[in-house]
Amino acid sequence: MTTASPTIDRPASPQHKFVQRLLRGDQIAHLITLIFASAIILVTALLFFELFRSSALTRQKFGFSFLMTTTWDPVALEFGALPFIYGTLVTSALALIIGVPLGLGAAVFLAELAPPRVSDGLAFLIELLAAVPSVIYGLLAIFTLIPLLRDYIAPVLRSTLGFLPFFQGPSYGVGLLAAGTVLAIMILPFIISISREVLLAVPREQREASLALGATRWETASHVVVPYAKAGIIGSIFLALARALGETMAVTMVIGNDPKINASLFAPGYSIAAVIANEFSEATSDIYISALIELGLVLFCITIAVNAIARLLILATTRKSTAHS
Amino acid sequence: MFAMTGLCAAVAVSVLFFILGYLLWQGGRTLNWQFFTQLPAPVGETGGGFANAIIGSAKLLLLASLIGVPIGFLGGVYLAEFGGTTWAFIVRYTTDLLNGVPSIVMGIFAYALIVLPMKHFSTFAGGVALGVMMIPIAVRSTEEFLRAVPNSLREGALALGATKWRAIATVVIPAAMRGIITGIMLDVARVAGETAPLLFTAFNNRFSSPGWNQPTSSLPVMIFTYAIAPYEDWHRQAWAAGLVLLSLVLVTNIAARFILRRQSLVLRG
Repeated sequence: MTTASPTIDRPASPQHKFVQRLLRGDQIAHLITLIFASAIILVTALLFFELFRSSALTRQKFGFSFLMTTTWDPVALEFGALPFIYGTLVTSALALIIGVPLGLGAAVFLAELAPPRVSDGLAFLIELLAAVPSVIYGLLAIFTLIPLLRDYIAPVLRSTLGFLPFFQGPSYGVGLLAAGTVLAIMILPFIISISREVLLAVPREQREASLALGATRWETASHVVVPYAKAGIIGSIFLALARALGETMAVTMVIGNDPKINASLFAPGYSIAAVIANEFSEATSDIYISALIELGLVLFCITIAVNAIARLLILATTRKSTAHS
Repeated sequence: MFAMTGLCAAVAVSVLFFILGYLLWQGGRTLNWQFFTQLPAPVGETGGGFANAIIGSAKLLLLASLIGVPIGFLGGVYLAEFGGTTWAFIVRYTTDLLNGVPSIVMGIFAYALIVLPMKHFSTFAGGVALGVMMIPIAVRSTEEFLRAVPNSLREGALALGATKWRAIATVVIPAAMRGIITGIMLDVARVAGETAPLLFTAFNNRFSSPGWNQPTSSLPVMIFTYAIAPYEDWHRQAWAAGLVLLSLVLVTNIAARFILRRQSLVLRG
């Protein structure tokens, strides 16, 4: 929108015009808001720069072997990040394995079957779930989920699927499985509400055409609506993955905090975010802090990449039907 | 098959009621007046309260709002009213990415930026960490509510001879004010529960922390510390604190829902 101003008879010099516009305030307002908007980009750049700069010590000393070795010994000043990367990836993968089918199912129900009023009400309750602070998830998990896993679920898994390496060994409750389960619950609202929105954005004609061809409502939902919204759904999963990778408190409280690589999901592990949360304020030497900050840098890069993909996918699908992303 | 999908939805919703019910049951037993008025009892003694943590959280949130709201609000005005296409897209995309940065990384950022040069933990550092976390949602909700203002209002103001900035400041922003304030309320509620960025910025403190320059306690960090401690009495206090924090967050979210009567913005960011 351009400013509506009466045209001035005498052709003004460009300089004169600029000063006039400046005096009217439009340029100043534009400039001020532009500065603040650009500050956001500056902050993000500064964030990366600070992480990069503050981890120089370990990047120079260990190079890429930092990411490949498994010894984490702050006393001997040996730092290998692999156990943490392993823990982060395994717990996030578990969260997706449990959370995606559950979340997609719920989203299909809310978008395709539930009456709009019920759907809106339930969607609101599920969004409230996203507002619950992660430390509260952790608190509840310590006192309810962990005893449940240790005393009931782990023995059942061991006796039925015990031939797999994932379900062997003793279970103390805390461990990779506990962390994965909490994460699955925590990412559920993200998968459900974004997938629901994407599904609701599928044009009505698609459904009508399928039903007119004699497909049942379930066939329409599973063969027409979901495939149409595929990119957006995958986007929601990536977004959920980014949350899971970076989630700190709930994981710290239930993962067991042991920097080892174990195939068994019952075994305690450690994640990148958890080790930063636990050890940062106790880190004494410069190189120890640098190692923890480099872990932060790794986490930052992974989540930014996953987020970037997610945003592009969601943008691509919602742009098809609605104006705003 | 549809029955299965209904079951999935039921599971998701029941988790919320389980969390709420369990916290009410466990926290309700412990919550008393002392919790709000007293300092934590010395280790080994029972009783005491979280007065310092409540004040600490309030101070952190005030500081965070002072940093996050101006940047978020003016950034949002830029995106909705002045932004072109390319630069606005870049700003919007970066905002979304910033929203996805793990909270623990924000803690490291504030640590490197403020704790390291000052050489000690402080309320100020914690406030900065939370403030940066507030920016993305403040930007996106401001932008969205400004965009929802009908163009006819803008055109009306301009036709009456107002300059663009006067039209925005006196017509468009007031029309969107209710939504913008609600969005900021939700934003504050979200960072109120953040623990990770405070662990090594605001740190913790068993006493009250006057001023802005000392480590301070906060509700979420106290819940974390008390939950993983080996004392039964501390666990009970953690439940009480959890109940208080969750109530604050949920009440804000439900109030926002009734004020706006439209899709919540929590997940849009």
